[in-house]
Formats: sequence, structure tokens, C-alpha cells
Amino acid sequence: MTNISTSDRPVLHARGISKFFPGTIALDDVELRLMPGEVHALLGENGAGKSTLIKCLTGAYRRDAGVIMLDGTEVEPASTADSQRLGIGTVYQEVNLLPNLTVAENLFLGRQPMRGGFIARKRMNAEARAVLQDYGLEIDPAEPLTAYSVAIQQVIAIARAVEMSGKVLILDEPTASLDHDEVQLLFGVIRKLKKRGLSIVFITHFLDQVFAISDRATILRNGRVIGECVLAEVTQHDVVTMMLGRQLEARVKARDVGVAGKTLVEVEDLGKRGMIAPFSLDIREGEVVGLAGLLGSGRTETANLIFGVVPADQGKIMLRGQEIGVTNPRDAVAHRFALCPEDRKVDGIVGDLSVRDNIILALQARQGWMRPIPRAKVQEIAESYVRALDIRLASLDMPIRLLSGGNQQKALLARWLATNPDFLILDEPTRGIDVGAHAEIIALIEQLRADGMALLVASSELEELVAYSTRVIVLRDRKQVRELAGDEITPDNIINAIATEEVA
Amino acid sequence: MTQPTVGPRPSVFKRIMPQLVILAVALALNVAVFPEFFHIDFRNGRLFGNLIDVLNRGAPVALLCIGMTLVIATKGIDLSVGAVMAIAGAVAAATVVDGHSWGTALLAALLAGGLCGLWNGFLVAVLRIQPIVATLVLMVAGRGIAQLVTEGKILTFDNAGLINLGAGTIAGVPTPILIWLALGALVTFGVRRTALGMLIEAIGINERSSRLAGINSRVLLVCVYLVSGLCAALAGVIVAADIKGADANNAGLWLELDAILAVVIGGNSLLGGRFSIVASLLGALIIQSINSVILLSGLPPEFNLVIKALLILGILVIQSPRIGNYIYMLRASGPQPQPDPLVRQRPEKEAAQ
Repeated sequence: MTNISTSDRPVLHARGISKFFPGTIALDDVELRLMPGEVHALLGENGAGKSTLIKCLTGAYRRDAGVIMLDGTEVEPASTADSQRLGIGTVYQEVNLLPNLTVAENLFLGRQPMRGGFIARKRMNAEARAVLQDYGLEIDPAEPLTAYSVAIQQVIAIARAVEMSGKVLILDEPTASLDHDEVQLLFGVIRKLKKRGLSIVFITHFLDQVFAISDRATILRNGRVIGECVLAEVTQHDVVTMMLGRQLEARVKARDVGVAGKTLVEVEDLGKRGMIAPFSLDIREGEVVGLAGLLGSGRTETANLIFGVVPADQGKIMLRGQEIGVTNPRDAVAHRFALCPEDRKVDGIVGDLSVRDNIILALQARQGWMRPIPRAKVQEIAESYVRALDIRLASLDMPIRLLSGGNQQKALLARWLATNPDFLILDEPTRGIDVGAHAEIIALIEQLRADGMALLVASSELEELVAYSTRVIVLRDRKQVRELAGDEITPDNIINAIATEEVA
Repeated sequence: MTQPTVGPRPSVFKRIMPQLVILAVALALNVAVFPEFFHIDFRNGRLFGNLIDVLNRGAPVALLCIGMTLVIATKGIDLSVGAVMAIAGAVAAATVVDGHSWGTALLAALLAGGLCGLWNGFLVAVLRIQPIVATLVLMVAGRGIAQLVTEGKILTFDNAGLINLGAGTIAGVPTPILIWLALGALVTFGVRRTALGMLIEAIGINERSSRLAGINSRVLLVCVYLVSGLCAALAGVIVAADIKGADANNAGLWLELDAILAVVIGGNSLLGGRFSIVASLLGALIIQSINSVILLSGLPPEFNLVIKALLILGILVIQSPRIGNYIYMLRASGPQPQPDPLVRQRPEKEAAQ
């Protein structure tokens, strides 16, 4: 794995990179050495400076200090297009391609093979097919991009970046929305590129993936380089310790799921045609019910239906034995339900409002506009949650969109906790957030359960579900296929339930 | 980046600073072309002077921009306000011509404006038609409705009470000035002392999130269009009272554009979100001051629209994001936070590599 010696000249060597934003230092004298043919992981919590560093390298940001050497010559990328020309290609988590164009058009956009002033479509498709075969994709390049899964689109984006740039490939959280097999597909592509001598910077929150594919890692914390290491020589624990700067307890403690109390919410045959098959579940006070399943299995749809985001067309919801009507989120909030949605940016934060207003929003909405919460009280609530959840921010007045993902998630949790809910639904509460915030949110879930709240948590991280769920409901193809309780709850059992064909 | 600091509320003064500066410049231009500009007389129980004229003539746009600010804060727009002015003026005139009192006429006009607002709100909030299209309906149809009310002619009246709303004075101050000041204060107070302001902003920034947080966005949307309709009705009554007649074709013509412009000059984003009614009102005064400069300069009237366009272009350029960023960078390039030398040593881990 490591035929790389650090005496080689790095392909990309960034030294002394600093970037100031008014009021903060985003990067402080950061160094990144990328050797030929290596996969180099860039690690750090949210807000550590990974994205800022990438943006400085690709010219999206103008750095305030430092030198970038590419193949031994100093370069000065002024824009992302410029850095692409120099040989640095970047692929982001959200695929930056045009969904309405064909695969081939996406691959060759801006440099299509031409004949007599027109695009030579046949030749383009043939070339695209040849290029994609190198990446292990046997697909029809004349199909529109949307005909293929996100993973395939991701590979197409990589192919485009490599064909255009070809020295350095930066992958910014490429696996965040991929399932296990898709990650393997992507890793296969990365290994091929590595063999071709390409140097790859790999950013992800998944440490298992880092260790599976990367040779070395640079670890950032609070805008500084904490260390550079050969991953074969360190353990996950070492890396996490460097990222967090403190010893982290074993991430998954012994299961402790407490004793459930009275039944709080019963859902009977709730469903909506074309969205999710009718399902029933009941949730007691002081228990966490986990929702497991692959992407698209109906986890989010279940949560949305119970919270009234989408009104159900059959079935009923009972609260403490009484039927209640939930046709929109306002009804749900009135019954002390709360929902932290999966897509923080679209469904969660109100980006331009201050963190303070965002925290108070649901409580104020429930009180109605006629009864404003006094300013001193707002301040008190916001401050107490900022402290309790350790939300890192410069000021409660800053717009919430400026916070890092983990801190946005905590602020949204604060928004709902401020309404003092009886029933809290969390949809992917730990997606795309860093290890530290991750552990804190899991601890919070356990704390809330111990305090007697009823929780429904949808998550794609099985270890996490196993750690805190009293029961786990497994979904497949928008249907409930299995309910696990007690000692049955293990990652293996969940995977088996997801994978097994339905009996009867 | 660690501990939250409890800053003071971002000051209102800082928010409206650019508008105050621009207004000061516009007023200074007035003085440059007409040194007597700030001179105010008290004759026949009424204040006279160019400054009073600016405040008085600016009343219709000032009234419109109060409602328009709220509508725009929800990411909407209300193109119908000019036409609603015509309807309200026509209704008020027809009511007094029928022999009713000026109070009844005012109420009838407000009712008409309120209905127009509810209609717009219904189209936008319930049927989910894009605001620009939804309000375009009434923009076009409204003048027709007003003509039906006036039966196609300029409906004149001599009801002293109604005329007083547009041309009268209270304690020497022209009534329109008092009306827009009072309404501006009332609405500002109303949205800022309740939670309305924040909820409106939340809808304008991210309606999905707001709905998921339990905000009744539909009712709030209807409300802002209702307020806009009521503001337009008041403006329409004032304009009709001022000329002692309702002109269905020309009352409030193109004023919706001036109102939108006032909101934009007030630094409010057309994309919705954070808003300031005070800043919009300053925007309305800026527009009126520019009108005044052109009049006082004695230039041939053919130049008016071109000069106005140039001045407004200048204001918008100053407020554009590019220039704004530039000014921000100039300010931010002051003393930078310096790295803390004590924490720069790396852990041994790396040194060992």
C-alpha cells in the first residue's frame, strides 16, 4: 500500500496557507502535502477548515497567505476553472452536473468533439462510452444523467474532473449519500485512478472509509494542522483523538435502553397511496424507536406522515388513547410533537434569520404572533440551549446559515426542545456532522429518553440505532418488514431484515 | 468562535444609515438648486415650505411602501396597489356623492381595499399562484373596476370632511403627513412588538422550514396582502381628496413601481427575508426629494424622467452587492485577529513523522 516515501516531491504542496474572515481565523499556517499516486484523507470536525482549505486550493477563495506548489512550480489559481486548467479537479457531495443533459454531454460539456460547427454526437457518445469503460461503467452515454443513480453520477463527475484536469482529484464528501455497495463502486474507481498515478484528496466523515481507501491523512482542528500521519501506523482511536483534541469514550457504549413507560402515540394503518404502505406503530414514553432501512425505504416518509408534513389519506393517530387529527405540522406541534427533518438546509434552518430567532421559531409559532416571547426570555432560552448543547457560535445574532452543519443541527434540536415536546421525531440526526457533535447528539438522545420523552429516530447508521433504540423497526420498499426488540437488536439482524425477502 | 456573546440588538440606526446618508445627499441637492429649501412658514394656520411639500407629496408612495415592504418580505410582490388606489378613490367619491358622510366613505374605501388585498392573498396563499402574476390580474382589472364605480367619468365631490383627508391640516400639519407617519409607526410597532415581523421574515427566507416549524404561513401571507390593500386604499383616498375627485384612469398610475422602488432603496431584498419599514419610508422620501430637486432646478420638464432614472440608478449601484462587498472589504481590512502564538506548536505526533 505504501510505496510512497515522503522524500518524493509532492504533486501538490500547499504551505503556510492562511485565511482570515472578519472576526475569525479560518486557516492558520496550514500545510498539505500530496504525494504522487496517493489517496490522502483530509480530516477534521465540521468547522475545522477542510472546506476552506479546499476552496483556497481551487481558487474559490482568495487565500490571505501561503504558497501552492503544483509539480514543483508555484501556481496561483484565480478561480475554480483556472485550477481545473492547472490540473486540480474537484467533485463535491452534491453532484455538480446538469441533470437534463445526457451522460456524454455532461462528460464533454464545453469541449465537445465538433464537426463543421456542429457537435459530433456519434463520436461524442463513442468517446464517452470508452472513457466510462475505464471507470468500470457499462452505461449508455446517450441517456440523460438522471437515468442513473447518484453513485453513477458521482463516478461520471469524477470522470469529467479527471479527464479535464488529470493531476489532482479532490473528493469532497463523495460518499455522503451513497449506500454500501455504491461506496464499493466508488472505491473501485478510486483504486483504478490511484494506479494511474493520480493523487486524490478524500474528505469524509466516515472513518471506516478513510482507513479502507486512504494512505495518509492530514488532520485539521480549528484551522490548524494537528498532524499528518500514515494511516497504516495509527488506529481510528488515534485519529479521532487528534480530531477532537480529547480522549473520546468508546463510541458505542453498552446498550442502555431504560424502561419504557405508558403508551404515548399509537399509529394505526397510517398511509398514503404512492408514498408509503399503511403502517402501525406505537411509541411509549421513555423509549426510542429506531427506523432502519436503506435510502428510499420509507424512513423519511414515515416521519413526515406522522408529523403531518404530508397529510395521510388513511389511518389514524392516537395520542394517549385519544384520536387526534394531524393534517399539517401546526397540528402536530400543537400536540407537542416535534420533527427534526433530514434535509437541514431545505426543511430545517431559516438561513438568514439569527440563531436566536431560529431557536425560538417553533415555540413562538405555537404561541401565536399575538403573544411574543419577551426578549429577555428569548435570550435566556437561546443561551441555555447554546450552553446545554454546546453550540459553537460567535454570537446569537449571526445568521444560522453561517454555522457548521453540526452546530446547525444542534440549533434545530434546540428549536424543538424549547417547545418541550412529548414526542420527538429525528430524521437522520447525525448525517453529515462531525464526530464530536455526533457523540453529543447520541448522548442527548439517551438523555431525553431517560427523561421520559418518546423518540422516533430514523437513521442509516446501524451501530447508532443499536446503541440507543429500545426497539427497531425495519423498512424495505416503503413497507415495514420487521420489528426487533431487546437482544435481537444487532447490526447483523437489522441487515438480515433489510436483505431478506418478505415471507408470506 | 466559542462562547456566545450577548450583543446588543443590531441597532436600527446602523440598518438605516445608508438610507439616511442618501436622503441627506438628496436634500442637500435640493438646497443646492434652491437655497430656501428648508425655509418653513406658518401662514393661515398651515405650515408651508418645500420640505413640507416633500413630506406631503410623498404620502401616497410612503403609504404604499408600508404594505409593499411586508409583501416583499414574504418573497412576494404586489403590483395591484396603484389600481387599488383608483378603486378606493372611486368608492370614496361615489359614497359621498351618494350623500353619505366622509367617515362612511373612508370605511367603504378601506373595505374595498381590504377585499382587494384578500383577493390577492387568496390567489397567492391558497391557490399558490406566483405573486407577480396573481397581483397582475388586479393591476389590470382594478382600473376597470374603478371605471365601473365612477361610470367612466371623473367623479368630483365637495365633501369637506373627505377633502380634509387630502388637503386639510391638523394643528397646521397637512393631514397626509400625519396619516403616513401614524400608519408607519402603527405597522412598525405592530410587527416588531408582536412576533409577526419575525414570522414574516421566516416565511420569506424559507417557507418550507417555517411551515415545518408550525408557522401558519397561509394566514400570514393573506395578512400581508390585506395590509398592502388597506395601505393602498388610504393612499387612494388621499389622492382623490387632494384633487377633489376620483380619476379611475390616472389615480395611482405607476405608483406601484415607485412603491417597489422605495422598498428597494430602503435596502430590502426582493428575495424576501429581513425587512425594515422605516428604511422603506426613507426610500419613499428619497424618491420624493429627487422629484423635488428636478422641479426646483427649473430644468425643462422633458428632463425629469431621465434625471430621476439616473439618480436612482446611482443609488442602486451604491447599494449593489458588488459595491457593498467592496465597502465591506475596505472596512474589514482593518486590524485582523492575529493567530495566538502559544497554540501554534504542533503536537509531537507530527514532529515524529
